[in-house]
Amino acid sequence: MSARNRELFALIPVALLVTAGFAAVFAEGSDVITDASLIYGGYFLAICVATHIFLRVALPHADAYLFPLCAALAAIGLVVLYRIDETLAVEQATVFLLGLGAFAATIVFLRDYHALERYRYLIAVGSLALLMAPRLPGIGSQVNGAYLAVDFGPLSFQPAEIAKIGVVIFLASYLNEKRELFSVAARRIAGLTIPPLKHFGPLLVVWGAAMVMLVFIRDLGSSLMFFGAFLALLYVATNRLSYVLAGLAMFLVGATFFASSGPGHVQDRIDIWTNTFDENPCDLTERQLDAGQDCGVGQIRQSLYTQAEGGLFGEGLGQSLLKLPGPFFPDSCEEGFPFCGSILPEPHTDFIFAVIVAELGLFGACGLIALYALIGLRGFKTAVMARDGFSKLLATGLTAIFCLQAFVIIGGVTKVIPLTGVTMPFVSYGGSSIVANMILLALLLLVSDNARRPTGEGAAL
Amino acid sequence: MNKQIVRLYGFVLLLFVFLVAFTSRWAVLEADELEDETDNRRPLIEEQRIERGTITSADGTLIAESERAGGGVFVRTYPTGALFGNPVGYSFVDVGRIGIESSENDLLSGEQNEFASIIDQLSGSTREGADITLTLDAGAQRVAVDALQSALSSTPGAEGGGSVVALEPDTGAVKVMASVPGYDPNAVQDEATFQQLRTDEAAPLLNRPTQSTYQPGSTMKVVTAVAALDSGEFTPDTTLEANSGVEISGVPLANSGGQDFGTIDMTTALTNSVNTYWAQVGEELGTDTMVEYMERFGFYADPELDYPDNQMRASGPYNSDGRLVTEGFDVGRVAIGQGGEEGQLLSAPMQMAEVAAAVANGGKLMKPTFLQEASDPDGRQIAELDPDEQSEVMSDETSAQVTELMVGVANDGTASGLSTSLGQLAGKTGTAEINVEEGLNRPWFIGFAPAEDPQIAVAAMLEQCTGCFGGEVAGPVAMQVMDALAGS
Repeated sequence: MSARNRELFALIPVALLVTAGFAAVFAEGSDVITDASLIYGGYFLAICVATHIFLRVALPHADAYLFPLCAALAAIGLVVLYRIDETLAVEQATVFLLGLGAFAATIVFLRDYHALERYRYLIAVGSLALLMAPRLPGIGSQVNGAYLAVDFGPLSFQPAEIAKIGVVIFLASYLNEKRELFSVAARRIAGLTIPPLKHFGPLLVVWGAAMVMLVFIRDLGSSLMFFGAFLALLYVATNRLSYVLAGLAMFLVGATFFASSGPGHVQDRIDIWTNTFDENPCDLTERQLDAGQDCGVGQIRQSLYTQAEGGLFGEGLGQSLLKLPGPFFPDSCEEGFPFCGSILPEPHTDFIFAVIVAELGLFGACGLIALYALIGLRGFKTAVMARDGFSKLLATGLTAIFCLQAFVIIGGVTKVIPLTGVTMPFVSYGGSSIVANMILLALLLLVSDNARRPTGEGAAL
Repeated sequence: MNKQIVRLYGFVLLLFVFLVAFTSRWAVLEADELEDETDNRRPLIEEQRIERGTITSADGTLIAESERAGGGVFVRTYPTGALFGNPVGYSFVDVGRIGIESSENDLLSGEQNEFASIIDQLSGSTREGADITLTLDAGAQRVAVDALQSALSSTPGAEGGGSVVALEPDTGAVKVMASVPGYDPNAVQDEATFQQLRTDEAAPLLNRPTQSTYQPGSTMKVVTAVAALDSGEFTPDTTLEANSGVEISGVPLANSGGQDFGTIDMTTALTNSVNTYWAQVGEELGTDTMVEYMERFGFYADPELDYPDNQMRASGPYNSDGRLVTEGFDVGRVAIGQGGEEGQLLSAPMQMAEVAAAVANGGKLMKPTFLQEASDPDGRQIAELDPDEQSEVMSDETSAQVTELMVGVANDGTASGLSTSLGQLAGKTGTAEINVEEGLNRPWFIGFAPAEDPQIAVAAMLEQCTGCFGGEVAGPVAMQVMDALAGS
């Protein structure tokens, strides 16, 4: 069977997932949601089929499972958003259309993605600029103490989502070119492999960028994600674990220093993580406490309480407590649920995983994590099969940053690491995240198609 | 590079294993602990969505019911107001839950086993609480509260509060549990009112019969009499020299009013509540025997009542550190309901009612209970009072002998002014002196009737009055309650 036919078959479970999920939510809450919104499930399936047909034409040899796996994630996300609030699902389905546009554009315009190598410094500078944009007065906006978004009128956009792809492209290209120098021209001093100092420069820049993100953007999550992807690429490119350990040490030292001396946000996040059930983990003053501040400890507690409802099999879609009932619903809730009046804050973005645990249980959550693991498998397989260094590193970097993003947010929600506000790829509500991840997927499929395309020598892979 | 890529994937999988491990931790392994966290409002909010069962008194008065408050949420109301504030308590989302509302919560909220709730989920039925009927009698409860209030307002120097407990000796059913001053559970929803009730010096939220312990005074002599006769070391005819000034633990002890009785037998000693006689009995029996009988009566542990643990206090000798002691105390003085630094006897009114009930029931102490019956929303009975013996305190013979002694008290002794329409009274008064110079006393009465076939055992007490006696103040309260229960 050809790759594209396997892909089509793999989309059947996705269709079933969406249909069953929408039907379950609709049956549970038919008194509050309209049947008109059911068509958005079908709308999503139409986008999937359209994407599939496009791939048949444009990338016939690309990996057959990457797209259905991502579609399965998106389907779960859409069903859960539909359960939280039907308008969110409607908006999300629309965003997928936008994402499809970005996906197609990437594939059409970057057929020869090696061209990206030529613009790597431009891409690097552009990405850094994007990262800094939320601090710009006028368009930047602060959410929960972190500067994550840029506002253009009613539209809000999270530049870090796009920047992550740019950073990976730059690192893949740079490390591909310099990796010989790193691994060969190194000297060994006291058992440690030290690369020539001049090549350290750009890497120090990357480290510096991660620190700047911590201090200026105050975004521990993105910082962790970017630096993690950087270390992953450094390791794959040089096969030197010592570099990775040195890099990790530098990150920890820097993060500790800036967390303790810099603005409170990062330190708060860590305090909340270590002392989640203390009465006042981040030492707020009496006055701040009276004003109802809690430096965010309440939301992680609510996240854990929500997950505690799940058990092995979950309460079932629509069955867990989310919207505060009757007299508990706040009087002043202008934005409306789920932006206020939800027992779990941000159930549709940061904490969507907690909702999934509550309603689909430990098994549902494990299934979701397994989907990310499978995407990792296909992504890294693409990297292994790729024929040149840049392609290998690009696929590795994209897959690594995708998996790390999933780890950072799920790990934050489940208290494996301090909670930080990154989105859950393909599942969380949010336009920039969907669009960026569609571009990421397109790049992976491009590399895959290139790797699997039968060559002139007839070596079919 | 391929080898490194494979290793990197291995690392990513390791990270994901952490995610699975932590998700298991919160969703399954530590889920119960998380549900118990104090700022976790989920269980409370969930419960507001359940129509809690009604609480009805044994004589059919509605004590608590749930009303729709909009948004699929129910709120509790208490039609009888303050009458049953103690001991029924309240259940509200903001202030939590106490009393019977808390101890019978599983029934009232329809808490079911895992299997039943899965069936419910499959069949789509919503969770509903069971309706419960209490053993408490609303008519007699009203009489008890009124009698306590009027005793407190009419007795000279009366301060603080009072308690009445009435039990059915053969079933353990609690027929009356009154605590004065009380409160209206409907009012605690208001935060300011709740704070004021909590900080009120008169402690209206306290369920005195189970939560407060006091020197029981001479009512304790019933326990000592049981120990003396049942151990076989004494008979009702055993005589002792009982003048004032007998040394107990090396310190002279006086009888009430400094009276001298000469050499008397046990019947005379109980009829006249002679301290020196009973203190010598206590000393002769010794600490071990006294402790053993106290334990049989339920001292040294919370009453085995279906009531929240944090709203019950064990009775027994407490040392100055506030710990229960089983040795080293002045056993002679504990035998007459007093004590000292090494062990001051303190009893909850509930405990003293159990003492009377055990004597009344042929020596067998029944487990006290509030629950008469519970039925699910379809009307099927799912629980019913099933009398259960807590301990065999004494032989049938001892029980008959002590009953006779207590009849003597009611007919010829300190309780001779008292009678009830239930029939022949058997009783014992108590007057604990809490401040001799100012004449501050704590009056008690325990007893049961009719003596030949006991229907009701009762304990009544007031916290403080001046120059008053158990037979004059607490006894009449007990009689009114007995009369009320005789009529129902």
